[in-house]
Amino acid sequence: MTIPVVPPAPGALARFLDGDVWHSFKASPMAIVAAVIAFVCVFCAVFANWVAPHNPFDLVTLDLGDARLPPAWIEDGKSKFLLGTDDQGRDILSAVMFGARISLLVGLASVLLSLLVGVGLGLLSGFAGGKIDGFIMRICDVMLSFPSILIALLIDGVGRAVFPNAHDTLAFGVLILAISLTGWVQYARTVRGSTLVERNKEYVQAARVIGVSPYRIMVRHVLPNVLGPVLVLATIQVAAAILTEATLSFLGVGVPPTSPSLGTLIRVGNDFLFSGEWWITIFPGVMLVLIALSVNLLGDWLRDALNPRLR
Amino acid sequence: MVAPLLEVRHLRVEFPTRRGTLLALDDISFEIAPGEVLGIVGESGAGKSLTGAAIIGLLDPPGRIAGGEIRLEGQRIDNLPYEQMRAIRGRKIGAIFQDPLTSLNPLYTIGRQLTETIQTHLPVSAEQARQRAIRLLQETGIPAAEQRIDQYPHQFSGGMRQRVVIALALAAEPKLIVADEPTTALDVSIQAQIISLLKRLCREHGAAVMLVTHDMGVIAETCDRVAVLYAGRVAEMGPVADVIHRPQHPYTAGLMGSIPAMDEDRERLLQIDGSMPRLNAIPNGCAFNPRCPKVMGRCRVERPDLMDAGATRAACWLVEAQSVVV
Amino acid sequence: MTALVEVQDLAKVFDVSAPWLNRVIERKPRLFVHAVDGVSFSIERGKTLALVGESGCGKSTVARLLVGLYQPTRGTVRFDGQATGAARDPGELRLLRRRMQMIFQDPYASLNPRWKVLDIVGEPLREHALVNPSKGGAGEMRDRVAALLQSVGLAAADTEKFPHQFSGGQRQRISIARALATQPEFLVCDEPTSALDVSVQAQVLNIMKDLQRKQGLTYLFISHNLAVVRHVADQVGVMYLGRLVELADKADLFAKARHPYTRMLLDAIPDIHMSGRRRTPVQGEVPNPLSPPAGCAFHPRCPNANARCSAERPALKTFAGIQVACHAVEEGRI
Repeated sequence: MTIPVVPPAPGALARFLDGDVWHSFKASPMAIVAAVIAFVCVFCAVFANWVAPHNPFDLVTLDLGDARLPPAWIEDGKSKFLLGTDDQGRDILSAVMFGARISLLVGLASVLLSLLVGVGLGLLSGFAGGKIDGFIMRICDVMLSFPSILIALLIDGVGRAVFPNAHDTLAFGVLILAISLTGWVQYARTVRGSTLVERNKEYVQAARVIGVSPYRIMVRHVLPNVLGPVLVLATIQVAAAILTEATLSFLGVGVPPTSPSLGTLIRVGNDFLFSGEWWITIFPGVMLVLIALSVNLLGDWLRDALNPRLR
Repeated sequence: MVAPLLEVRHLRVEFPTRRGTLLALDDISFEIAPGEVLGIVGESGAGKSLTGAAIIGLLDPPGRIAGGEIRLEGQRIDNLPYEQMRAIRGRKIGAIFQDPLTSLNPLYTIGRQLTETIQTHLPVSAEQARQRAIRLLQETGIPAAEQRIDQYPHQFSGGMRQRVVIALALAAEPKLIVADEPTTALDVSIQAQIISLLKRLCREHGAAVMLVTHDMGVIAETCDRVAVLYAGRVAEMGPVADVIHRPQHPYTAGLMGSIPAMDEDRERLLQIDGSMPRLNAIPNGCAFNPRCPKVMGRCRVERPDLMDAGATRAACWLVEAQSVVV
Repeated sequence: MTALVEVQDLAKVFDVSAPWLNRVIERKPRLFVHAVDGVSFSIERGKTLALVGESGCGKSTVARLLVGLYQPTRGTVRFDGQATGAARDPGELRLLRRRMQMIFQDPYASLNPRWKVLDIVGEPLREHALVNPSKGGAGEMRDRVAALLQSVGLAAADTEKFPHQFSGGQRQRISIARALATQPEFLVCDEPTSALDVSVQAQVLNIMKDLQRKQGLTYLFISHNLAVVRHVADQVGVMYLGRLVELADKADLFAKARHPYTRMLLDAIPDIHMSGRRRTPVQGEVPNPLSPPAGCAFHPRCPNANARCSAERPALKTFAGIQVACHAVEEGRI
């Protein structure tokens, strides 16, 4: 008697490549372009140490004689400094790459924290219902009635008051906390809505009949099914977080000056705008826009790609 | 011979997908005489709702009619532009869908929805339209029609809403009503009321009915003739009594055998092993051959057309074999 | 011999009042729905009791009360002589859960779309520590799940697949396999075949009957389809607006139903064999459960109602082996 040979089930990667999401990606030129731009920006930011032509933080390499040079393609520019230099002779291109790294770091970290808080509270709210749900939703309502920048300023201000001589890491921590606290409400509400729907489905009831604990049902059954819309939101929120950080840094209450982000660069460069040295502020701005735009476009595509399955 | 009201000839409906084109309806042909009630019965995936949608002209893209023709009163309607089809829909063809909850617009009173339909298709004044609407509601058995005409859909129960939908379908005096699972979402006792109402009203208004359902019991109660669909093809067609009591196609026989009956006790229900093939895996030859208890070699290779089998017509090589013997 | 399942005066009231703030501002009263209103029955071991009724009659609520998805407002449920409500001790409750399981109506929503079939069917085994996959029990888990799948007519290879790769009938079989994982004695089936095609329904019903015979299972079968009920049940209970109006052995109910509502239901079934039997027309619709009629809930639609019916609620009494809640039957009028 022959034992029937069971072909191995396709692995996760094979399933993904065969799936609707990948096909939708290949079919959407906008998504591909956005993904490429985002990848390039992120690559430069992450590997700035190796990719950047100069190190703008190394005071030894700076030469005041190179200050305020325009971009290479303009008269007076040097090809060594492709996008020009600022008032201290720092290469703009390198500064932009390092600045993008800081911006991305803060943006991603705050979105991650937002996700944890938002998804967790949303799950709890939708699953527990009753007074806990009401309480959490009222907190959401209150938070939504404040402009996000104000909240960030508030927390940041409190942080500085409490830790006046804080070193950089703590300053970063406060900043990330501030930004994440403005963004978690969206996740909480979305997840709560999805949880309410999933909670009444029969597979959850089946788990209850089996005797699975509510915590386990929440995390192992419901959570995987409500993450879809969250993924889309998170992608778009990364852009928003980066912009919020840029705004705060522009206002001077963001990252510490020793680690300039794109926002800091824009602010510093702003002073030189009217003396004609536009490149000091414009190029950081262009990088910011590129990152935010490409991430937003990716998020848009993702929402549409995931949509038919979310029915 | 009276000219048929609706003629469907070799209808093909396909869905282009990125994995290839799926043929959802494959060479469907049937006719409906004026005033007749034809049942289209089949299980899920057989294509019966698609047939109704194709006739009304409401196929969801990317689905499209890929071949064949549909003629209403001799005139082709499958290739009409949107505006012309819209004029026909409602005026000559009325539609009743499954879910009364979503068939009515919750934001408008039913009076407004009725008069809007009436005035779109008939040259009457607003007052005349309203009187007509009230009369229709009374005919469908809605009590206190003059007051209820100004109520909103949510103020009606499920059965009442379906009566309103029937009134809406009959509003412009159509010649043909396409009813897609009109009683599936209703309780059994309401089902019985709606079925008898539909039958009576269509007879009184002289409308033919194409009744699409999976419920053989409803077919037995309402229809004159029935077409059994399987995997996008017609398996058997004929007068209701003959198809139900003397099915010639093995699928129809299996279907009738698997329905638990009220008047006999059986230990096991007859079951057809396997399930209806998916659209991208329809077998060669006769679509039913992998599951057929009487399969022959020819069935796996050649696809049978509808052949005469006494009172009915069945797409089965067994029928041809029998007629040859005789 | 005591019955396996005994239900006494079971009731469940849902509070459907508007939120507190709305009630205070708009002065709305509190609203309650008596979804189940004093239901009593018992099921013998190895038998099937079918609860039949239209939407809103409370049969699904009874099912959920029995497995513990809802807590009863009053009344008792006894399983094998033991009251289930009193078993607050978590250990006892767990043991109880192993012995009774549930199958749901919607094959598309009763399996977690993100889990593999292996995990879905294996969850009861894992939860009740019958198998421990992390401590080298993964092979045993796979074997047991494969055996369960084969017992419902599926293949062992199906353990690696996801629910969306199966048809409705196959998914319902996976649900049955999951319910049988802990080798329960009692299965509550909430309309298990209502969402399936007729030919698929036949397959699933045959499997359920086979399993009952082989494993001595006891079923509570909820359905609105009297023909299906006739095929599977030993005893039938008819519910209307949360109350049991008739309870009888299958043969008695279908041959000589006494309650006017039961007769109406039987009459309303489409006559597929076109025997041309005479039918009394059906009247009216199920009333709003928020404001049930006084007295007998069926009296507005009943052709035999009298003054007593609109004032006094009839109790379930036995007449010639059938339990009926009807004044007209009691008074001998019908």
